[in-house]
Amino acid sequence: MTVGILVVSHSAAIATGTVELARQMAADVPLVAAGGTEDGGIGTSFEAITEGIGALSSADAVVVLCDLGSAYLTTDTALDFLDEADRARVHVSQAPLVEGTVAAAVAAQTGGDVDAVLAAAASAAASAEDVSSASRPTGDRPGGATPVDDGGPVPETVASATVELVNESGLHARPAAEFVKAAAKHEARVRVNGVDAKSLLAIMALALPQGATVTIEADGPDAQDAVDTLVALVRSGFGE
Amino acid sequence: MALDTAWAIDWVRRTAATIDDHRAELVTLDREIGDGDHGENLDRGFRAVVEAVDSATFDTPGAVFKTVATKLISTVGGAAGPLFGTAYLKAAQAAGDTAELDADTLVAVLTAARDGVVSRGKAEVGDKTMVDAWSAAVDAASTAAAAGEGPERVLAAAADAAVAGAESTEPLVARKGRASYLGERAVGHRDPGAQSTAYILRAAVDAA
Repeated sequence: MTVGILVVSHSAAIATGTVELARQMAADVPLVAAGGTEDGGIGTSFEAITEGIGALSSADAVVVLCDLGSAYLTTDTALDFLDEADRARVHVSQAPLVEGTVAAAVAAQTGGDVDAVLAAAASAAASAEDVSSASRPTGDRPGGATPVDDGGPVPETVASATVELVNESGLHARPAAEFVKAAAKHEARVRVNGVDAKSLLAIMALALPQGATVTIEADGPDAQDAVDTLVALVRSGFGE
Repeated sequence: MALDTAWAIDWVRRTAATIDDHRAELVTLDREIGDGDHGENLDRGFRAVVEAVDSATFDTPGAVFKTVATKLISTVGGAAGPLFGTAYLKAAQAAGDTAELDADTLVAVLTAARDGVVSRGKAEVGDKTMVDAWSAAVDAASTAAAAGEGPERVLAAAADAAVAGAESTEPLVARKGRASYLGERAVGHRDPGAQSTAYILRAAVDAA
């Protein structure tokens, strides 16, 4: 599955700059910029967005990242004018533009499907709270079901392990993306060297090279499984 | 004058003229609590709308609304493009093939426009947005139509209420749009989109 990414900004410079930045780490991902108005001013263009989606017609899915409010409004309006088949291909992420685009592009570059790309974009939000609000609605659960832990404190499993990075590039873009993908499959809260292991950008910001020591800690129902899986992934050298 | 195709076309021209007249005021309102482009954006949009309307012929008010919608969406550039564009698009659908709007159809048209703005912008009454003007207009129009008023009186009731709705945004803290970044500092300023909504509906009355 190929996932294309459309960057919608009020500013042409921001859109093209964000695409350049993401392309550096995701050379094979189709990335299109739709920034500014038709006449080169600040604003969002219905036509540029429509053309951008058209330019990504060979991708199986398109993930759109937007900057401020009316970028979303114009994008939503453009989607309303697409035929149903095209509309179903396009997904709008609520993630912050620059961080979300980079994370989404890296996930797409590493072969992620559209859900993985959207999840990577959502994980680029600044904090754990932002991540949860960006990836799923808070508040009432559908069907009115309440979480089981309402009945009282449930003992949480805590697990941790320390392991050395054996692969040549360390926890750089592609390995980091695989690491996040594996961490995100677990319900447990997972931290790597103190940062959220489900946040691609947080992990990349650690800039851990080959030979660095990685401490993985987890708490939650499947904490031990999360730590075991991630340790095995690190020891495998991420296929390098 | 009946609310027919000629009225709809005249409404468009009068809207472009009133937005042009109030461009500076709308820019100032938007500069106080937004990004300052509302007046310029709408002015550019309605100029393009007038050009499009002048170069085509129309059989129904709905056909005029549809052209307004597509031109605004493609030329405005700010949030007002998709918002007003969606309003006119939904208005066009509600008007259907009717050659002349009666009171009930007019209420349906205004309601569809308001609902379009709400669904596009996800704002509610009291969020300090154009929804406050649209909703006041729809409520007043419904009341007037239920009281047996004719279409022109219903339209006048809507336009008057839109002015009150725009004024009602002044004491509010914004919960949507660029002004929501300002918190309490938006209090005391009128929402520019609510104000332009009032001007647009006033132009509809003047055309009737």
